[in-house]
Amino acid sequence: MAKNFSEMTWKEFGLAFMVTNPGCSAEYRTGDWRSQRPIADKSKCIKCGVCYLSCPDGAINLAADGTYDFDYDHCKGCGICATECWTGCISMVEEEN
Amino acid sequence: MAKKIGIEVSLAISEAVKLADVDAIAAYPITPQTHIVEHLSELVADGDLNAEFIPVESEHSAMSVCAGTSAAGARTYTATSSQGLALMNEILFIIPALRLPVVMTLANRSLSGPISIWNDHSDLMSVRDTGWISIFAENGQEAFDLTLQSFKIAEDHRVMLPINVNIDGFTLSHVIEPHEFLSQEEVDSFLPPYDPPLQLNPDKPVSMGMVGIPEIYFEAKKAQDVALIESKAVIKEVFQEFGEKFGRTYNVIESYRAEDAETLLLTMGSIGETAMEAIDIMKDEQGKKVGLLRLRLWRPFPVDELRELVKGIKTLAVIDRAVSFGGTGAPVGGEIRSALYSTEDRPYVASFIAGLGGRDVTIKDFMDMVNLAEKMETEQEVHEYKMIGVRE
Amino acid sequence: MIEVRIHGRGGQGGVTSAEMLAIAAISEGKYAQAFPSFGPERRGAPVIAFARVSDTKIRNRTKVYAPDIVVVLDPSVMKIVDVEEGLKEDGLLVINSGKSIDELRQEFGFKTAIAKVDATRIAMEELGLPITNTTMLGALVKGKEVISLDSLVAPLEKRFGRIAARNIKAMQRAYKETIVAGKES
Repeated sequence: MAKNFSEMTWKEFGLAFMVTNPGCSAEYRTGDWRSQRPIADKSKCIKCGVCYLSCPDGAINLAADGTYDFDYDHCKGCGICATECWTGCISMVEEEN
Repeated sequence: MAKKIGIEVSLAISEAVKLADVDAIAAYPITPQTHIVEHLSELVADGDLNAEFIPVESEHSAMSVCAGTSAAGARTYTATSSQGLALMNEILFIIPALRLPVVMTLANRSLSGPISIWNDHSDLMSVRDTGWISIFAENGQEAFDLTLQSFKIAEDHRVMLPINVNIDGFTLSHVIEPHEFLSQEEVDSFLPPYDPPLQLNPDKPVSMGMVGIPEIYFEAKKAQDVALIESKAVIKEVFQEFGEKFGRTYNVIESYRAEDAETLLLTMGSIGETAMEAIDIMKDEQGKKVGLLRLRLWRPFPVDELRELVKGIKTLAVIDRAVSFGGTGAPVGGEIRSALYSTEDRPYVASFIAGLGGRDVTIKDFMDMVNLAEKMETEQEVHEYKMIGVRE
Repeated sequence: MIEVRIHGRGGQGGVTSAEMLAIAAISEGKYAQAFPSFGPERRGAPVIAFARVSDTKIRNRTKVYAPDIVVVLDPSVMKIVDVEEGLKEDGLLVINSGKSIDELRQEFGFKTAIAKVDATRIAMEELGLPITNTTMLGALVKGKEVISLDSLVAPLEKRFGRIAARNIKAMQRAYKETIVAGKES
């Protein structure tokens, strides 16, 4: 990741403070914001993709076998996927545990 | 030398915009600016100008569209006046912050109320701190020339800031007078196509207008301020290049017969030409030691040039065309006092307000102001500002 | 420098008269200005327009306060407006009227030189409309040759398109029919 902007002088920012490396928000590990994490019992997964569609952070990715994996670097633990899952294969567990 | 053409100043500006081959125009009609964009819409409709003319439902939208087209890399132009400018206010701050080189003609008109369509500078002064470069033209030829030069200045990669070119509403916008146009080849040899350093382009995406959290906002404003201050060097460079190419040279402050002067008048806008007549009469017929400064560049304010030009001057009479209600000086007068405060041997600064809402400022008015300023200097009169030509 | 003030009523084309005069002068290599008395356009209300013509650059941008020439497009305006206001002593009044110069002097007390033509009659015959702005340009040039009459042809052609020929004819007729009388001693 580039230099922390809170340490940069006014001269170090580019023209009009534009962001010129698209998708760079992926560099921020928002997974640290999580207090609960989703886990999946893949034996119940019907590959419907509703978890993938409902994730507000794009932190659920399609796996090679057609099921879905969690991107724990960016998942904030909101629990929407667990609520929306048809078959109840997703459950939320405390990060502390 | 090209033949002079008798044409309305508004139409001459439209021709300059056409010669600059703009890509996008978004505007809403408002007196006294209307003839400019009306003519541009005709040029686009007739196929004489290959540009998008985007009619909008308000000036707020006009300036918003300008932000979009300029961000997409299009050479962008608009024009407005008075209440229209006021309605643009929110977006006026965004354009320089995004470093978008929009060029706008401002046909200066007073702000309501009372409702007035006539000329003064209250509209520009109400947006003084938006971060635009502000340039004044005194006649149609200057309006034509400065419009072309503005695109070059604004789009210079060292600048990348919007410019408003100010012409006095009616007093210039609606006057037919001689103009010397440049040919398309001449303009092309001076003004290269716009080459945006960054633009909205799906093949190479960027994010513009990011949030400025407290850790960034201050640095963003510092960078913007430095860009505006440093644009002065490029402005002078472009003025010089234009002069060398076409024989009409511009300065950030124009000086007229100021040699040996003890008293200087300082004007901004088209009254400067009438003031020259007054200076000639006072010098040639009355033997008075007077001269004239005409402020062309209002933002960035040419502090160094001003300090140099008033060295050894006893009295400086500054004429404003706007009021800063309840302030310590009129907009230009107060600015000049501030610029000279830290200099040694500074002249006495008399701050006058004249010609509000279309009131004529006559040759006699200028002579009266010189005499009054000299009297005030002799008496070292303490004052904030005086209104000249108002019925007491 | 010659300074001109034109009196008419909104919609009669006084501003166009001033503009044609300035454009013609500039085409002759002179300096010129033309501008309306700035404000909202009001059809029928008495309005004025200004022009300046000079051999040197014109810098004064105020209204014309002491005209050399005053043009009156509509005779009825003389009853409600002091058309002589500020007119120089050796100035010229260019009047559209069906009356004689003597009658005008008697009725309004005009002392300056007068160029007079019945422009309304000419306009009705040539244009079919009582719009006298182009017709009166002929009278103006007859009264004082600020510019040559021929210089007005091109600007009129450009402005009036398919009705230009009739306007030019009206202007030329007015030039021939205008009677000029010197200042009263």
